[in-house]
Amino acid sequence: MARSSFSAIPRHKDYAAVPAAADNAHHVVIIVGGGPVGLTAALDLGQRGHKVVVLNQFDFISGGSKAICFGKRTLDIWNRLGVADRMVEKGVVWNIGKVFRGDRSEPIYEFDMLAAKDQKMPGFINLQQYWAEEFLIDAIMELPNVELRWGHQVSAIDTEANRLTIETDTDTYTATADWILACDGSRSAIRDMMGLDFEGRIFEDNFLIADVKFEEERPVERWFWFDPPWGGASALLHKQPDDIWRLDFQLGWDIDREAAIRPENVAPYVKGMIGDDVPFEEEWYSVYTFQCRRMARFVHDRVIFLGDSAHLVSPFGARGANGGVADADNLAWKLDAVLNGADASLIETFNEEGICTADENILKSTQSTDFMTPKSTVSRACRDAVLDLAEAHEFARPFVNSGRLSTPVSYPESSLTTPDRDTWTNGIAPGSPAIDLPLRNGWLLDSLDGGWNLLSGKAIEDAPLPVIVLDDDKARQRYGLSNGGAYLVRPDQYIAARWQHFTLDDLEATAWPT
Amino acid sequence: MADLNTSPNLTDPDGLYRTLIDLHAGCTDAESHKRSAKLILCLANHIGDEHIFRQAVAIAGDAQTSAKDT
Repeated sequence: MARSSFSAIPRHKDYAAVPAAADNAHHVVIIVGGGPVGLTAALDLGQRGHKVVVLNQFDFISGGSKAICFGKRTLDIWNRLGVADRMVEKGVVWNIGKVFRGDRSEPIYEFDMLAAKDQKMPGFINLQQYWAEEFLIDAIMELPNVELRWGHQVSAIDTEANRLTIETDTDTYTATADWILACDGSRSAIRDMMGLDFEGRIFEDNFLIADVKFEEERPVERWFWFDPPWGGASALLHKQPDDIWRLDFQLGWDIDREAAIRPENVAPYVKGMIGDDVPFEEEWYSVYTFQCRRMARFVHDRVIFLGDSAHLVSPFGARGANGGVADADNLAWKLDAVLNGADASLIETFNEEGICTADENILKSTQSTDFMTPKSTVSRACRDAVLDLAEAHEFARPFVNSGRLSTPVSYPESSLTTPDRDTWTNGIAPGSPAIDLPLRNGWLLDSLDGGWNLLSGKAIEDAPLPVIVLDDDKARQRYGLSNGGAYLVRPDQYIAARWQHFTLDDLEATAWPT
Repeated sequence: MADLNTSPNLTDPDGLYRTLIDLHAGCTDAESHKRSAKLILCLANHIGDEHIFRQAVAIAGDAQTSAKDT
């Protein structure tokens, strides 16, 4: 995108453009892109003490319709980084989803996203992406070792020297880095300039997003319609902060996209959903199509792709931004270890686990899309059969797919995961994230220190890493821990290994760096 | 006599649904109908219980659960 065309982009908040830097300075880490993924990576690496430069092509936070749904795992990650409280305070907390069909006013199906109660963070919040970015930026600005360069756009990359050419409004300069993190979004310039593949499926459908403002008391729930009475194949309603609502309408493939976002054409859909008598204001209208695709590899020597630059999914399920934040979380502690002297092969495990996450997100969102937009007479018949049955018959309800919402991805097969030696009937399997619970007037996840930790049923003498003792019944129950048992927790709060009768020698067979 | 289980009974309903849709990939409508029939006969034989089969037939033919057919 030419820098001059930025004037058409809606702005949430302006920052002062940063002048071009001197030519050919060398940096430890350059992050290209200032969205939620790049900012989360910058905050994590910055808090771990590394010098980071973030290049943002804009000198503002853009507004408009982007991610609005942040899941439990993302909130746990942002909680670890100390920014989740502001997100939750500003955001709209929700747990209940309802599915409607046609003009019937009673839902045919409903679900609750918060499976395990007694956790610090809620199941989901709705928060405009620009607020999430602002809160991340505020936290980054507290760190003297992270530099945010507003209005700096990469125009070339030399992968031999790991050198970027960077343009500002007035100048061009170059910079090199040990590591370049490409967090530059779905149309990643870095990916294009490196000529890398991006394979997958394009879905032939158009969706109208109408972010509108109106004041009305409605339940804070995710509402989804199949065959809504106001037209289109499906529709979705979500509450955002500040009386803003996201209305999403599936319009079909053969439409005039420019005409679709004209206010007179949007209004009938909005009124159909919220009622004729509710006055509303336009915040932002747009039409989108989507694709499910990913790169074959995310790690290309010293250039690493995270978030939308590496993988794209359909929006049903909130797997875009949440999947990208998961990448930042997965990479940050590994890059930290490598910068502190660990073997660079640890970065390859980001490639392995990042692809595992992307593939699960692509699979789930493809399954949702295929259910919502049947492609043949028979798939339409199967879909309608499920909806027919779901109201009266419980067995059919698990098939109703209005978007399977983002949940953390597990890595049981990862090279960092040690398979169980013992037989477990409960607890948390290796390769899955630790689950929060109340612990001694606080929370378990808050007592983890961002490094490798042990969770144990009792104190461990001479332990070479911090031990958190789970000394109440509820905690032991959730983790299936007896007195002599222990869990090994990674810096990203994933379980690496567990034992029912733990001795320090057991650590040797794990990914823990002795 | 056992009754038809109408409680959710699958660990991966999305995966099973995908398998069902994939069965019909590239089929004409006539071929799809035939494959659906074969699938039903396979499962009926496996169940091996006419009482249960009739209960499933009753649900499939229930006017209330097919009222919205278009």
